[in-house]
Amino acid sequence: MAHNPDGNQKQVHYVGDSRVRADRPKLYPPDYSEFPGKSEAFFPDFLLKEWMVAAVFLVGFMTLVMAEEPPLGELADPTNTSFLPVPDWYFLFLYQLLKYKWASGPFVVIGTVILPGIAFTALLLAPWLDRSKERRPLKRPVATGIMIVSLISVAALTWAAEVEHEKQMESNPGETPENTKVIAQDEEGYRIYQKNACIKCHGDQLQGLNGPSLLGIGNRMKGEHKMTAEDIIKIIDEGRGAMPAGMFQGSEQEKKILAEWLMKQKQK
Amino acid sequence: MLRAIYDWVDERLDITPLWRDVADHEVPEHVNPAHHFSAFIYCFGGLTFFVVVIQILSGMFLAMYYVPDIVNAHPSVNYLQNELAMGAIVRGMHHWGASVAIVMLFLHTLRVFFTGSYKHPREFNWVVGMLIFFVMLGLGFTGYLLPWDNKAYFATKVGVEIAASVPVIGPYIATFLQGGDIVGAQTLARFFALHVFFLPAALLGLLGAHFILIRRQGISGPL
Repeated sequence: MAHNPDGNQKQVHYVGDSRVRADRPKLYPPDYSEFPGKSEAFFPDFLLKEWMVAAVFLVGFMTLVMAEEPPLGELADPTNTSFLPVPDWYFLFLYQLLKYKWASGPFVVIGTVILPGIAFTALLLAPWLDRSKERRPLKRPVATGIMIVSLISVAALTWAAEVEHEKQMESNPGETPENTKVIAQDEEGYRIYQKNACIKCHGDQLQGLNGPSLLGIGNRMKGEHKMTAEDIIKIIDEGRGAMPAGMFQGSEQEKKILAEWLMKQKQK
Repeated sequence: MLRAIYDWVDERLDITPLWRDVADHEVPEHVNPAHHFSAFIYCFGGLTFFVVVIQILSGMFLAMYYVPDIVNAHPSVNYLQNELAMGAIVRGMHHWGASVAIVMLFLHTLRVFFTGSYKHPREFNWVVGMLIFFVMLGLGFTGYLLPWDNKAYFATKVGVEIAASVPVIGPYIATFLQGGDIVGAQTLARFFALHVFFLPAALLGLLGAHFILIRRQGISGPL
């Protein structure tokens, strides 16, 4: 603005010493009178309707929030080798892509750079790739077609990732079972469990506090075979992850009873 | 009284044009669900912004209790979820709101795409919108680590490993994300800063640009 070498253009005047132009064009909204129909002012008429939509949306959203408590897993343990990593659901399609042979190993660059790169660059540059004046989706079949195929692939990849994850979870411990009732709570085993330090970390209902939940421990796998009472005794003796060794104060006999009682916890 | 205060301020600062500019714009019939129910697809953008506001507000309250270090992060989340009054609700809003924001953003993007609204003269606003999409994904990725549970830790570890496998720049991205050689204390501090300061700042700037552009150009006409 300050540079006006040829002087042909209209001189710009500023108000006072500010940089506000005196002939600043007013920001009138575009006129919709060329469109048929009833326009209305944003404020207050339309804003009221927007608020009603927002209120309905908020009710639905808060219902979801109150129905489902946000999950919080056990404290992160880098030495835990059995944990199945899974990203948040909206990254699953990218994650799944890397599990296919043609997009992993020596071809990993296809899954990490080439395919996502093409997809996101095309999205970013969509206005310059689809330059026709036509706006109706059916009148620009290439753009619409590519988008629909991409949507189907993303949905299919997310689905496949979910199915695969479910399958892996079945052969893996970790998740708390649906049934959270302690089995045989009136037995000697529970009394021993209660008497020792176990209860402080694993909880009075085996629900897990600082330590992991022990619900369904009788179903858990250790490698290829089912976990046994001996495996549990080994963990009690040697500790595991954040659990220190030698926490059990009772006799060997009691330890055996406790391990066998824990094996009865086959909640699903 | 209020009128007098308003007039006093307006006389000095000329604030009327500011809000009249927002208030007076016309809303055409084809985007008004009161006239055509199918026009509800034009609500997705506004609802996305609404969820973003929910995210900012609930996040501000979470920040009062959350402690971003590897010793206290998990216990502080556990405390605010299980012991604090309404803590589970506020964390629930932030947790589920993150997913809902992505869903609404996705629907809004599809509406703009299938109505061809990104075409001349609104190309630039589409680009700004895509950048908002990337920033939101970044917020999702960085926020996922903050509870510091196994899920958070291993998802981030895998994410960083994927980034590290990118040729040439991969190792640099991994170092930038981790703040070192492993996913650890530095990573958590870094993701917290990204999640709470850098990315929201970028998001607010982009949203401002998005709204100024839509006010300048108006909403696209009927198909």
